[in-house]
Amino acid sequence: MAQKTADLTVGLFMVAGVAALLFLALQVSGLTPKSSEDSYTLYAKFNDAGGLTPRAKVSMAGVTIGSIRDITLDRETFQALVAIAVDGSVDNIPADSAAVIRTSGLLGEQYIDVSVGGDMESLADGDTFYTTQSAMNLERLISNFASGQ
Amino acid sequence: MINRIVVFGRHGREMIESVGRAGQFLFGALAGVPDPRVGFPLLVRQIYSVGVLSLAIIVVSGLFIGMVLGLQGYTILSDYGSEAAIGQMIALTLVRELGPVVTALLFAGRAGSALTAEIGLMKATEQLSSMEMMGVDPLRRVIAPRFWAGFLSVPVLAAIFSVVGIWGGMLVGVEWLGVFEGSYWGNMQSSVSFTTDVLNGVVKSVVFGFVCTWIAVYQGYDCVPTSAGISSATTKTVVFSSLAVLGLDFVLTAVMFGDF
Amino acid sequence: MSVAKDPYIELRDVVFSRGERRIFDGLSLQIPKGKVTAIMGPSGTGKTTLLRLIGGQLKPEAGTVMVAGESVPDLGRKALYRLREKMGMLFQSGALFTDLSVFENVAFPIRVHTRLPDDMIRDIVLMKLEAVGLRGARDLMPAQLSGGMTRRAALARSIALDPELIMYDEPFAGQDPIAMGVVVKLIRDLNASMGLTSVLVSHDVPESLSICHYACIVSGGRIIGDGTPEELQNHPSDEVQQFLKGRPDGPVPFHFPSVDAAADWGIAGPGQYGDGQ
Repeated sequence: MAQKTADLTVGLFMVAGVAALLFLALQVSGLTPKSSEDSYTLYAKFNDAGGLTPRAKVSMAGVTIGSIRDITLDRETFQALVAIAVDGSVDNIPADSAAVIRTSGLLGEQYIDVSVGGDMESLADGDTFYTTQSAMNLERLISNFASGQ
Repeated sequence: MINRIVVFGRHGREMIESVGRAGQFLFGALAGVPDPRVGFPLLVRQIYSVGVLSLAIIVVSGLFIGMVLGLQGYTILSDYGSEAAIGQMIALTLVRELGPVVTALLFAGRAGSALTAEIGLMKATEQLSSMEMMGVDPLRRVIAPRFWAGFLSVPVLAAIFSVVGIWGGMLVGVEWLGVFEGSYWGNMQSSVSFTTDVLNGVVKSVVFGFVCTWIAVYQGYDCVPTSAGISSATTKTVVFSSLAVLGLDFVLTAVMFGDF
Repeated sequence: MSVAKDPYIELRDVVFSRGERRIFDGLSLQIPKGKVTAIMGPSGTGKTTLLRLIGGQLKPEAGTVMVAGESVPDLGRKALYRLREKMGMLFQSGALFTDLSVFENVAFPIRVHTRLPDDMIRDIVLMKLEAVGLRGARDLMPAQLSGGMTRRAALARSIALDPELIMYDEPFAGQDPIAMGVVVKLIRDLNASMGLTSVLVSHDVPESLSICHYACIVSGGRIIGDGTPEELQNHPSDEVQQFLKGRPDGPVPFHFPSVDAAADWGIAGPGQYGDGQ
């Protein structure tokens, strides 16, 4: 009967809507069903956080291993204190690894790249990167070069 | 001069009055708990005519808009050698703006005007009056299911629109212009955030669905029950809905993405 | 009106205006139970408005409207809707729901107001359709019906819940002679067999007078004459006679009120429309 056809198509319509939303969540925004409880936090202090923003990616050897949770000012050292959420599966980052701010491409977004160290010990939840390298500031670079320093 | 101000004031008063009446009308339609055994089949039927039948225009428009975005984005981005960012551009444009806005505009033209005309015609042929005389409240029987149907359909249509558009963009960017598929999706995923982009887009489409359907059913119910009255009500539905969508879009965008 | 012993509907000193225009100015009317009462009058005198006042779709500015012992304007929403279940109204256009078949149209009030099982609803609907001679047309859609059939189907719908009162809004307007004869017969039969109180609003004098027990003529917001059809035929008032005989000129003037004709054609001196433009 007509009512049955309507019921069926409306059901399919609603399912299509939910599927579209799921697609937007998973495929488009890359939301992984893994929740944040599956990650741990590391800290890094930079003299200049540059254009780094929360949610920017954190990668190691080009593979994304986490994201930046938030960026605050450390009121004692006047450095940028960056909290990084690292994937729980990557639990063996050597303790002497360095956090480096890099830019993807010439004009792309800034992200943190972790250069691997050689220490046997690993960073654990709440630890701070010992070595960091701040954002490359193009203007400063040029002015340094021009003044011959 | 004074007269002009008087006229202006009268228009203002009338506008506020009509908004008040529209609010009262909506409250009358939605107050109270409907009997699900009666209400559900009515709702399903309306979602069918308002939502399912709008699917074709939404899918086709979404596809073309996605493809156009792909082409335009490619030509602009390739100047900077960053055509790989095409996925991110298409997805953000669609999810944040074009998905909800264009869907709402198309919905107002396709379904909103039809709702207004249908209700206006029911009024003109005394169907609403006769329902009232049978002891059935037309606000609950006729208006409420149509309102909920539109309210639920627009977000669904908007989500489908965005997905089809992103797929259309991929068709042009990846299949035709040769952007690497991995960077199409990868760039998209690293820059589109579920909460700030996707969810805000959904919120927008919910708001637009509410406003567009409200305008449509109110214009139908409030129209002058003659052929001229119905045609002017239908026009008003499309014009008011479009203006409301575009205006609200600015406000919502400012609240959601503006830094203040 | 000759005071009925048992008025089913009673309007007293009803005042109602639409915008600036006063439609009823102290109208009083009694409608007896179980009889056919015709309310006649020229077009535009608010006959349909009168029915809407009785049905509670409009509220009078002053005066009382009593139906079955209840004051309609004072009823709350629920009580009003309950009272309406006892009323049937046949609209001028029939007002069938265009998206439902004839059968579903007649079944609509039954489905809404009762919890009867489907086979019982089917029996009732077929009975009502049989009464108006449309049992064979149950599966047609309203768009497929002729004007007369539409009105009969709508009539079947208005009596679906066995109301105590039925109101007919211009039942004869725009009908061919045969369809008109059918409606006349139906109104008379329904009144006789179900003991319905019937109110008939019309400007078709011969048809109305042929079936009603009482009639009253409304003009200019008040009742200008009432009584049984015989009493009305011999009514002394010129206005009543003009309406019943259909004379083009009389107390109701042929000309719509206007400015002096001479002034309109610019023959006379100072124009009424002012100077300039």
